[in-house]
Amino acid sequence: MAAPQQVSTGDDEGPVVSVEDVTHHYGKVVALDHLSLQVPRGLMVGIIGPDGVGKSTLLALIAGSKKMQGGRVHVLDGDMASVKHRRAVCPRIAYMPQGLGKNLYLELSVHDNVDFMAQLFGLSKSERQTRIKELLDATGLGPFHARPAGKLSGGMKQKVGLCGALVHEPDLLILDEPTTGVDPLSRRQFWTLIDDIRKDRPGMSVIISTAYMDEAQQWDWIVAMDAGKVLSTGTPAELMERTGTKDLEKCFIALLPEEKRLGHKGLVIPPRNTENTSIAIDAKGLTRRFGTFTAVDHVTLSIERGEIFGFLGSNGCGKSTTMKMLTGLLPPTEGSATLFGNSVEAGSIEVRNNLGYMTQAFSLYEELTVRQNLVLDARLYHIPADKAKERIEALVDRFGLRPHLDVLAGDLPMGQRQRLSLAVAVLHEPKLLILDEPTSGVDPVARDSFWELLVDLSRNEGVTIFVTTHFMNEGMRCDRISLMHAGRVLACDAPQKLIDDRGAESLEEAFIGYMEDAIEENAAPPAPASKAAAEHVATEEKAAQPSKRDRAPVIPLPLKRMFAYCRNEAIQIRRDPVRLAFAFVGSAVLMLVFGFGITTDVEDIRFAVSDRDQSPESRAYIDQFKGAGQYFKTEPAVYSDEEGLERLQSDDVSVLLEIPPRFGRDMRKGSEPEIFAQVDGAMPYRAETMAQYTRGVHNNLLNDPGLGITEVPPKQASVQERYMYNPTFESIYSIVPSVPALLLILIPAILMTVSIVREKELGSIINFYVTPTGRFEYLIGKQLPYVIIGMINFFILAGLAILVFGVSVKGSFLVLTLCTLLYVIVTTGVGMMTSTFTKTQVAAVFITAILTIQPSVQFAGLLQPVSTLEGSARAIGTVWPTTYYMHASLGTYTKGLSAPLMMKDLLVLGVMIPILLGISAIGLKKQDR
Amino acid sequence: MKSLRNILWLGLKELRSLFSDIVLILFVIYAFTWTVYSQATGTSNEVNNASIAFADEDGSTLSKDLASSFYPPRFQHPLPIQPDQVEDAMDRGKFMFVVTIPPNFEHDLRAGRRPDIQLSIDATAMQQAGIGAGYIKNILNQRISTFLLRMDPESAQPADLVVRKMFNPNGVSAWFSSVVAIINQLTLLTIVLTGAAVIREREHGTLEHLLVMPLTAFEIAIAKVWANGLVILVATGVSLFLVVKAVLEVPFAGSHALWFGGVVLYLFFATALGMFLGTISRSMAQFALLIVLVVVVLQLLSGGSTPVESQPTWLQRLTYILPTRHFVSFSQVIIYRGGGLRAVWPQFLMVAAVGLAFFIYSVSLFRRSIAVTK
Repeated sequence: MAAPQQVSTGDDEGPVVSVEDVTHHYGKVVALDHLSLQVPRGLMVGIIGPDGVGKSTLLALIAGSKKMQGGRVHVLDGDMASVKHRRAVCPRIAYMPQGLGKNLYLELSVHDNVDFMAQLFGLSKSERQTRIKELLDATGLGPFHARPAGKLSGGMKQKVGLCGALVHEPDLLILDEPTTGVDPLSRRQFWTLIDDIRKDRPGMSVIISTAYMDEAQQWDWIVAMDAGKVLSTGTPAELMERTGTKDLEKCFIALLPEEKRLGHKGLVIPPRNTENTSIAIDAKGLTRRFGTFTAVDHVTLSIERGEIFGFLGSNGCGKSTTMKMLTGLLPPTEGSATLFGNSVEAGSIEVRNNLGYMTQAFSLYEELTVRQNLVLDARLYHIPADKAKERIEALVDRFGLRPHLDVLAGDLPMGQRQRLSLAVAVLHEPKLLILDEPTSGVDPVARDSFWELLVDLSRNEGVTIFVTTHFMNEGMRCDRISLMHAGRVLACDAPQKLIDDRGAESLEEAFIGYMEDAIEENAAPPAPASKAAAEHVATEEKAAQPSKRDRAPVIPLPLKRMFAYCRNEAIQIRRDPVRLAFAFVGSAVLMLVFGFGITTDVEDIRFAVSDRDQSPESRAYIDQFKGAGQYFKTEPAVYSDEEGLERLQSDDVSVLLEIPPRFGRDMRKGSEPEIFAQVDGAMPYRAETMAQYTRGVHNNLLNDPGLGITEVPPKQASVQERYMYNPTFESIYSIVPSVPALLLILIPAILMTVSIVREKELGSIINFYVTPTGRFEYLIGKQLPYVIIGMINFFILAGLAILVFGVSVKGSFLVLTLCTLLYVIVTTGVGMMTSTFTKTQVAAVFITAILTIQPSVQFAGLLQPVSTLEGSARAIGTVWPTTYYMHASLGTYTKGLSAPLMMKDLLVLGVMIPILLGISAIGLKKQDR
Repeated sequence: MKSLRNILWLGLKELRSLFSDIVLILFVIYAFTWTVYSQATGTSNEVNNASIAFADEDGSTLSKDLASSFYPPRFQHPLPIQPDQVEDAMDRGKFMFVVTIPPNFEHDLRAGRRPDIQLSIDATAMQQAGIGAGYIKNILNQRISTFLLRMDPESAQPADLVVRKMFNPNGVSAWFSSVVAIINQLTLLTIVLTGAAVIREREHGTLEHLLVMPLTAFEIAIAKVWANGLVILVATGVSLFLVVKAVLEVPFAGSHALWFGGVVLYLFFATALGMFLGTISRSMAQFALLIVLVVVVLQLLSGGSTPVESQPTWLQRLTYILPTRHFVSFSQVIIYRGGGLRAVWPQFLMVAAVGLAFFIYSVSLFRRSIAVTK
């Protein structure tokens, strides 16, 4: 643990952080209330306080990641409200937000994540290599450098986050609950690492918020917070002296105002009545494999009714997986588990009625309020309304949720959420509780009140409790605990017994001892590898030496950062082959479907005749329709008006010809008989085409004496149609060149918008907030890979058009390629723009789809020329980029237009690029709200 | 009974979640009102406002008369053009149609020599080109006939053809396009809403929470179906009565109840498909791409954009399984042709069958999808 530093070093240059009268609201909720604070320089400062008192908000304001609302925050001798100062100072600040690996890119490897941060801070290649190697080796992440961050355990993610924060050697390190949910061994390694770094850089200030009081006790200076205000500051010793307590945990409780202590008293656990108990959970040889990876390896457990059973282990050792198998969420690969004698796999409703489960990640409805969440669960468990009300009231008081009853669950701070989750889990009075890290991120008072409840349930109501935790003092409260590592149970017994067995002083020490033994057992082979790595570092360091001289960057920093984002995005895309496959195969499939499917050629018109004449003339007339090749398809004749109407109604026939009685005779007499044609008008375009075909056949008949209807052709002019650009007048030549225009907007726009909004939703956008990255660097960097994808798509589609559809390129392919490049930049720009006003990926997809599909399909000239549109449709069509690209594409493939004729398209698309980029840049926030 | 209550409460929760997302709701409203309106009024499959030019080498009374027979709204007023400029003007996309009247046209016509009028058409504007050419030919022929009849009363046609367009006598595009717009928006929104709801539940772990409760996958799924379906059904109703019937004044020939019955069946399919897509895609990004792929295919091959009969036979067989095709088809039967259940039951059956298939499959996938994500 941290060795307390000389406090005097701090006072040399004044405070590192000075907060004056800062207030911060979220809607009506006050997070910080006229808070003032001076943090001395060069110290390890701990911020402690209950959940939801504004610790995270304060840290985010200090880091410059949140937009200030009121008051003044001075960090490293400058005002954080000033953009200029923030930009200048952010390379000297490192900030790690709350939540395991929140600012990491889950698809990126450990090395790439750290490397990315280093690039954003403009480190040269050689600097990066040595620095990252040092950090990864120091954190023990060296062997995992190629593993994607998403596949790491929580503790490892925190270490990667720390590496990323430290890579640019900051003067101020801000860590928001860095060890929450991290196992004791990793935690110990984490603090050792920080101590080592501080030894190298004694001037560095560290500000940490934490829920672990034993950690904070070792630090130089403590800020105790409550309800958006500072309660007290000082060294841990001073604080303890002031309150007359022996450790910081008790000291903290003493500092709290009376009503917050919830009548807190020391927790006493009565002994368990072990007479005539039965088995509640019985697991035999439980095993789960994911591919070749064995997450849980033959775990055998037997837990008695009413027992509190603790499940301790390193991060990612298979605790959660075991719990999921016990709840029936995950079928085991091998082995079996029973709850109260019933098989879990059968998943009977009975078993689930007796089960309360709390997942590690918050799993309640964030869009519902606290009350609505509780009521929903009460209803789904069919608790009678009056009883449910009573029960909810009791739980709300017990967990101190009353002030938050009508707050959305998503707006609750972490600790409050955990309380709500537990309240929901025990709501239906289950006989068995399975709790996955229920107290992670919860402050000591709340934690004790949790345990009071658990003890009460176990001892007085015989509820069996199966709980995982990283807090050793909680482990001590269990009747029995099991220690797990790498999928196997290392030891299982009463906690005191385990300590005695190892001859350790505390459970933490015993635990770490067991784990280190297990790691040693497994770690025999990698030794040569690390040696090789060490040599590798040595050679790299040598290589790095000369390059340090020409440190003047050849590429300007903003460009470097842009390429860092570009590379980052490219790696993410590459790691998601499904997305790539969709982008390419999907557009090829769509091209085929459209090319063959969208056709305006009207053929195979089903027609039927009602021949009331039955003369040679009428038959000759009908034969002409039957002989009209692919245009008309004869259906059985119609014999009555009713039948005719009915067949038209049910879409059995589309054209109904009615030849009047005495047709032949009237013709011969020259008295102009009238033939009726009824055409199905439901689809107007098709109706008009069918009507014209019918007229065409009719005119042919009358003008050609050889067909047996007329003898002398009437005087008439003939109209010769010349179908330009597409002499055979087949849809394919106009549709196929138009389809790329559609696909090259839909797919790039949606991919682009999701890529930005995803960062907002998952939290990695914080990297943009707290690094010197500019708006344009960020946007263009993320855009480039998608522009490349768009261009590859273009070549695939062009290949299909030429090879599969046989549509040849008549104009300049080069000009079209240039036009495509501009177009793809514009369409990704559209995605960029929609990302600025959407917060969730759902909304982003939704809105981008609605905004792009309609204008591209309907208003851009695919089926109807823009020049013939009217009103708003015309207006949208005129400003919509697809219109211009479609013109260029059609012009190149089918019309063979010369380059000058496409200048307008190029120009319009070119002008749209800066407009879209500008709007996106204005809309993109550089700070969180 | 318990099961029904579960379905009710879960569905109400679904509605709450949905209504907490104001942006989403605003877009549902936007999609079902403005989008439908602008598509119906703005686009038309008709020839409208088409650009036309005349290269008149004859300069006779008749040729001038022919030029003056084209006027708005169908055509723009014809512009005179030199015969040697025709190609260039069309390359620039200035005109869709150019009529070239040869020298001595009137003279040759009277002599019965059947002179040729040349009609140049920009054939890349598929829909307008074909119909427009037909109109132009008709107008020219009629004018010439009238002219000849005045000169020589003997030259009458031996028989006349009277074409009557049933169900939409004036061929108003908005009648058709407004309903297609509703169908398209309905398809897109339902699939996105339901699929996104599934993904959100999985990403936020709430699906896990539900699955350890005494609930069956069927209850969870059917609750999503009714809740999301209901929202879209209401929006569809509003859109039909307010936008299509009141504002656009499209007549509704058949039974409203029958059509809404069909809509309910179709919503069952669309929600089931949304759930299916949400279950098989691992992230929102994948879902987005799937949506584009599926929805665009569903919309464009439904027969709402271009006639199903025009598709190649092999494709027609494939599109037979697309419920959108049946939806467009039974909507036409009910709304325009006034057909009854007897005419549409096969389509209803097909929509329900495909919906059921997707529903059953996604319910069976529900539990397994949890194992995949973690």
